[in-house]
Amino acid sequence: MATTQAGIAPRADQAGTTPLLEVEDLRVEFRTRDGVAKAVNGVSYTLHEGETLAVLGESGSGKSVTAQAIMGILDSPPGFVTGGKVRFRGQDLLTLPDDERRAYRGRSISMIFQDALSALNPVFPVGWQIAEMFRVHEGLSKKDARARAVELMERVQIPAARERAGDYPHQFSGGMRQRIMIAMAIALDPDVLIADEPTTALDVTVQAQIMQLLADLQRERNMGLILITHDLGVVADVADKIEVMYSGRIMEQAPVHDIYATPAHPYTKGLLESIPRVDLKGQELSAIKGLPPNLTNIPAGCEFRPRCPYARDICKEQRPALQEVVPGRFSACHFAQEVLEGDIEPAQQ
Amino acid sequence: MGRYVARRLLQMIPVIIGTTLIIYTLVWFLPGDPFAGRCGARPCPPAYVAEMTDKYNLDDFWLIAYAKYLWSLLHGDFGETFQGLSVGEELLRAYPTTVKLALVAIAFEILIGIGAGILAGLRRGSFIDNLVLVSTLVVVSIPVFVIGSVLQLFLGMRWGIFPATVGGDASLYNLILPGFVLASLSLAYVARLTRTSLAENRRADYVRTAVAKGLPQRRVIGIHTMRNSLIPVITFIGADFGALLGGAIVTEGIFNVPGVGNLIFRSITTRDGVMVTGAVTVLVLVFLLVNLLVDLIYGWLDPRISHG
Amino acid sequence: MADPIPPVVAAAEAPETTETAVRTLGRDAWHDLIRKPTFIISGVLFLLFVTIAIAPSLFTSLSPTDCDLGLTRQGPSGAAWFGYDNNGCDVYTQTIYGARASIMVGVLTAIGVLIIGGITGTIAGFYGKTTDTVVSRLGDIFFGIPLLLGALIVLVSFPGDAETPELVTISKVVLALAALGWPQIMRIMRSSVLQVRSADYVQAARALGAGGTRMILKHVVPNAIAPVIVVATIAIGGYIAAEATLSFLGVGLQPPVVSWGLAISRAQDYVRTSPHMLLFPASALSLCVLAFIMLGDAIRDALDPKLR
Repeated sequence: MATTQAGIAPRADQAGTTPLLEVEDLRVEFRTRDGVAKAVNGVSYTLHEGETLAVLGESGSGKSVTAQAIMGILDSPPGFVTGGKVRFRGQDLLTLPDDERRAYRGRSISMIFQDALSALNPVFPVGWQIAEMFRVHEGLSKKDARARAVELMERVQIPAARERAGDYPHQFSGGMRQRIMIAMAIALDPDVLIADEPTTALDVTVQAQIMQLLADLQRERNMGLILITHDLGVVADVADKIEVMYSGRIMEQAPVHDIYATPAHPYTKGLLESIPRVDLKGQELSAIKGLPPNLTNIPAGCEFRPRCPYARDICKEQRPALQEVVPGRFSACHFAQEVLEGDIEPAQQ
Repeated sequence: MGRYVARRLLQMIPVIIGTTLIIYTLVWFLPGDPFAGRCGARPCPPAYVAEMTDKYNLDDFWLIAYAKYLWSLLHGDFGETFQGLSVGEELLRAYPTTVKLALVAIAFEILIGIGAGILAGLRRGSFIDNLVLVSTLVVVSIPVFVIGSVLQLFLGMRWGIFPATVGGDASLYNLILPGFVLASLSLAYVARLTRTSLAENRRADYVRTAVAKGLPQRRVIGIHTMRNSLIPVITFIGADFGALLGGAIVTEGIFNVPGVGNLIFRSITTRDGVMVTGAVTVLVLVFLLVNLLVDLIYGWLDPRISHG
Repeated sequence: MADPIPPVVAAAEAPETTETAVRTLGRDAWHDLIRKPTFIISGVLFLLFVTIAIAPSLFTSLSPTDCDLGLTRQGPSGAAWFGYDNNGCDVYTQTIYGARASIMVGVLTAIGVLIIGGITGTIAGFYGKTTDTVVSRLGDIFFGIPLLLGALIVLVSFPGDAETPELVTISKVVLALAALGWPQIMRIMRSSVLQVRSADYVQAARALGAGGTRMILKHVVPNAIAPVIVVATIAIGGYIAAEATLSFLGVGLQPPVVSWGLAISRAQDYVRTSPHMLLFPASALSLCVLAFIMLGDAIRDALDPKLR
């Protein structure tokens, strides 16, 4: 079984022309009793080997749902992928039968979750849960799989790994649990690792350690890393490029340093201004006013308009497409150029 | 662990004392002359009355009599009935049948209850799910004695598929029908509990993780989901076993099963206080011990529970 | 969880901290309820049965004592759709008039356990420490005795006869059931109070110097009572069935009281020849039990946002 799976999942290096992962015009909706919530509305991005992509957005922006659709772990029903493509090394995963799709999970693309306490099975020892990857995918014996699991636990710097492999998730601290999740996710040396808010549930000091570990592992294994977060501060040091999501769409896409210096979308600008900064001590923090739109009833025009300080009449009527502003930078704003150059005044109200 | 068990056992002492006191008191104050009808049509001879009065401490204040009873109970002496039968021996004779009946009932709960619950829980909203929901509701709302007599009438008497009564021969085959009737109510609960628990766990984060690990569907459900879902079900079945071991007055009555329930019912109607008190003491003790055992099993099934 | 539909989730997770939040939750629950078929069906059945119990004469022109021995055990016919029982009484009229006693036992017992269990549970949960230990152990004592067995012994200890007024007979059954049923409510109330007690707003009220009784009545009980009411509603069905079972065993209600349990128990002897005697009161009983179970279930689902 393990051999056929290895055969299905293409792992051979195909020259750098094909990106590792391509998401194209992905659409996801949730059909609930209270209506159809359009969670993802045409998201596209690409990820190359060794690249770190940060997907940024508030809760409800569709960033996690996009990741779940890529992994094929949407709760369905109520969640349905209604359009688009997810290509892994050129192969569209969405059209694959369940069986073949499964072979990619964990082996080619793997994922770690925000809350490791609920994401790990409470009734099995952590070593067993890691070893399960080797037993199911590679057909290793119990003993060999366990030895590999202990190695992995050592790699993610869990002290006394051998002894602790028999412990249960609730017996570990939050940071250690997240390390176990990471160990499990990298067990089969995947090409793409998706980390969904990996540090949100952790203390600040532990956050930094986990981010460092992820960055190290990514470099060491040349993985493509998708880092989903709502916290701009977390990704600044590790990400290569950033996608800013809002209301199920990408608002801005840019290399990480450009976006910090000169945001090209009012939403990004708002996010940046709402981060407390040491050098601006004493000044009032500006938060983005209002709430994200109800996904069952997204207003016409620009999704961000009701909260945008620069909104003009055109924003009410036309939904701005994601367009290249300057080479390598994209923004979904009618006034992207002006925002980028700081050449726009808030609308009078 | 050892300390936990010790603490629980200590906690049982006041419960046992309280229960026996209540039953003893009720029996003690049973209306009517305890010797009425004991010696045929004539009044009992004074010598017999004196002997019995002394034997059962009938002249003592009720609490003193209770204390004396408790004392002999502590020595494993359940006393003798007015007919001179040893309560302990009678109980020993009836218990194996009740245990057998309880085991048959539990087997039904596991096979049919868990089975139906899994089928329903895996396909919520399907025809099978609705069938299980409706049929369990119907079973729950029909009193056991109606189910018992209807099944006895049709399966036992009219169609003769199963023996209608058990009588002296409490073989497993004879106990199938009463066992099913006895299980019916709990079986419905088990099915519903399994269904709910399974449906809840299917949406749990760790199940999503199992899918993300690329595990086959049958492993995701069969191992990751099932193991967690069955914890409350097993606990319920365990506690139910404890209750079933107390005998089933109605079911044993309908099918004439010579078990503890029958013995207790007979003793209550003949006002045989010593037998009633002894039997209730034993069944409460068994109930408490089984519950302790269930709690220990629960801790073993779910490592998050610690009995430290 | 992922973040697919925040507005819905946010509304459902609104904590019950402030009065407005409680009202919103209540309104949400009501909004949910009236869209549920099970609630509507059980609600209609509930109203129907209560109407029958209060005003049986609306549903039949005959009186339950209009019996003609010449009609004994005649089957259903155009004149009497449900047939006649062994005393030649119209089964339909008996079934209609039987509702009152059966439902009264169920509802009064539920009120009884709510009062005893609610008060003891609140005291145990709120004051904790020794009080909790004593109340909990007391509950254990009664919890260990099976409901049916305990009620049987109590009722045998206080026998009645045909001269006993109807209300006294009913009260005895109610007291016997309530005396053994309260620990279930006590345990739920206790854990519910424990949860509420540790909630921030109660801690805050305490810190501000709110006193014991006032605090309990104003903050603790209103927020802790919901799960208890749900369980009590479901239990009504169980108590109605328990009354029937006790009557079946010959110790529950006694003639001249008319009840479903008595009718079923009379029908047992003739079940092979006159199944109509069993069918109609048993169906009425089951339908009524079903109504209460479904009603309680629907309310629980509506009150528990997590299960939506």
